[in-house]
Amino acid sequence: MERSGTRMTRMDGTALPLRGDDIDTDRIMPARFLRVVSFDGLEAHVFEDDRRAVAAGGRLHPFDDPAYAGATVLVVNRNFGCGSSREHAPQGLVRKGVRAVVGESFAEIFFSNATAIGLPCVSLRRADVAALQGLVEQEPGMRVSVDLAAGEVRAASHVWPASMPHAAREAFVSGTWDATALLLDNLDEVRRVADRLPYVTGF
Amino acid sequence: MGDTLLKKVWERHAVRRLPSGQTQLFIGLHLVHEVTSPQAFDMLRMRGRRVAFPERTFATVDHIVPTDGQPRPFADAMAEQMMAAVERNCREFDVRLFGLGHADQGIVHVIGPELGLTQPGMTVACGDSHTATHGAFGAIAFGIGTSQVRDVLASQCLAMDPLKVRRIRIEGALTSGVTAKDVILAIINRLGVNGGVGFAYEYAGSVVGAMAMDERMTLCNMSIEGGARAGYVNPDATTFAYLKGRPFAPGGEAFDRACAWWRSLASDADARYDDDVLIDGAALRPMVTWGINPGQSAAVDERVPDPAALAGAEGESAAEALAYMGLEPGAPIEGTPIDVAFIGSCTNGRLSDLRAAAAIVQGRKVSPRVRALVVPGSQRVRRAAEREGLHEVFRAAGFEWRDAGCSMCLAMNPDRLQGRELCASSSNRNFKGRQGSPTGRTLLMSPAMVAASALAGEVVDVRRLQAEGV
Ligand code: SF4
Repeated sequence: MERSGTRMTRMDGTALPLRGDDIDTDRIMPARFLRVVSFDGLEAHVFEDDRRAVAAGGRLHPFDDPAYAGATVLVVNRNFGCGSSREHAPQGLVRKGVRAVVGESFAEIFFSNATAIGLPCVSLRRADVAALQGLVEQEPGMRVSVDLAAGEVRAASHVWPASMPHAAREAFVSGTWDATALLLDNLDEVRRVADRLPYVTGF
Repeated sequence: MGDTLLKKVWERHAVRRLPSGQTQLFIGLHLVHEVTSPQAFDMLRMRGRRVAFPERTFATVDHIVPTDGQPRPFADAMAEQMMAAVERNCREFDVRLFGLGHADQGIVHVIGPELGLTQPGMTVACGDSHTATHGAFGAIAFGIGTSQVRDVLASQCLAMDPLKVRRIRIEGALTSGVTAKDVILAIINRLGVNGGVGFAYEYAGSVVGAMAMDERMTLCNMSIEGGARAGYVNPDATTFAYLKGRPFAPGGEAFDRACAWWRSLASDADARYDDDVLIDGAALRPMVTWGINPGQSAAVDERVPDPAALAGAEGESAAEALAYMGLEPGAPIEGTPIDVAFIGSCTNGRLSDLRAAAAIVQGRKVSPRVRALVVPGSQRVRRAAEREGLHEVFRAAGFEWRDAGCSMCLAMNPDRLQGRELCASSSNRNFKGRQGSPTGRTLLMSPAMVAASALAGEVVDVRRLQAEGV
């Protein structure tokens, strides 16, 4: 069997709150940085245009705010990662040091891309996300714990119920999030399915 | 109780249930392009793997391709490196490539259907979110990321969660000037940009039944913009007529047998849906986006909304959108001045789109303040349009006539907005910075609306021009 991912049950670290619904992958990783043949170095361009725009307004984007330096838990809002299927977006986040994303909801392709590279995305209720973002903004160094095994996110004295689709949670907890090995161990069966399909056999 | 097409196709492609509860699904057609594949091929190399089904894998180049006839090597060294990588990978792994200079090169979602590669009842995957386009044929088509591209290359399979099916019936008949693009923009407006999460959309009803294949592709193309992983239309006589005689479609008697199989896969009349939505086609009007996601739209004769009048989060994102777009609450959509007009993309870069736009511009002139370009979706589309003389119509009006590619749909090739330019665009995404300038602005609309707006130099209601007898 090939490597299929390490077991991931709990991610602890400081958090980085990133507010906004419907943040698309063009914003996470602008398209001009997709002109590459490797994912290396993408961390430099995470939210680059948003960060420039915020800086031009004389403010600090959370990714440029020293208060959140070294954060490993990204806290987002609704429908995070919508739009383009570019895996460059979660790849850039992981290379930037993000180990878990907590939010109200995630776009499906972003979620499966993140899962495939070992970046868990867990959902909290809308009000709980807002509470967590507020807490972290008040006290940036606060430890946040994303507990996949227990299905909880914890910070200070708070414990919030966290959800994740069953299959993804299983994959992280059992260390099988890299699907390739699973998909490869029955190629004969795959060929049998193919050979039953009229368009494969030429009708 | 009958079954949906989704269920029938899913069951025929299911290899097994994985321990996680997901399904290992065989992929009948894997389409590859230069942006999301190089890392996948590298991962394959690192693991010492080959492509499992090279005969079911096809590649083309579209995103980074310059559309103004730039010869190799490209002036842009990064683009040249990507082009060289896809060429080397396809050679090394025996994948058929419709590369630069090939008569069949074009946007991946345009060439799959026009070559007859995309067929009813298939599962299709591509490292591109607009893969749902292929659902127009009654295929189940998924956009995937690069790690999944690796998986499909290595195993021809994906691990997929089951999908629910929402049937969206558009009944009645569209009125003049209203197109498939307006239908899908109206659907996304109504159901929301994340309304489709967990669903495949089945588009049905008399409006869809009357649509040609190009229009059905436009409809399915933007399913992802509504959050749906896949979208499809049940195959029918229109589908079969389109496929007949295409290079990769079955020929002779096999075609008749294929039609029988294809027909059997359509959703049964008594199929059960997880959700059902009814839309009155006759009430739809030409749509224009005013915001920074494809759900933020209005009919062309409406006004820009007032964020203060919208509830909670919707109001907040509308306020953010209007600040970015520089549009005033309450201002009429019609009359918004534009700087650029772009006709093309996998949404609206097909022959019928170019015909519709040409019919509007025929004998007229693009406003002097507008930079206007038409980019056919494929070399086949380009040649067909030129045979009809459409390129002359566009050029005479002041449009640039380009070579096939994604062009100004996204910021990966030389075609880009400059500064805060505002673009009337037939593409599919109006995200911040999408068209190549970090402050550039996009108004999504149908190709005919883009054409009409290019002439006027501002957003106009195409029905007005049509009423004048264009
Ligand atoms: S035309 Fe636009 S949306 Fe379509 S494949 Fe190209 S870049 Fe993607």
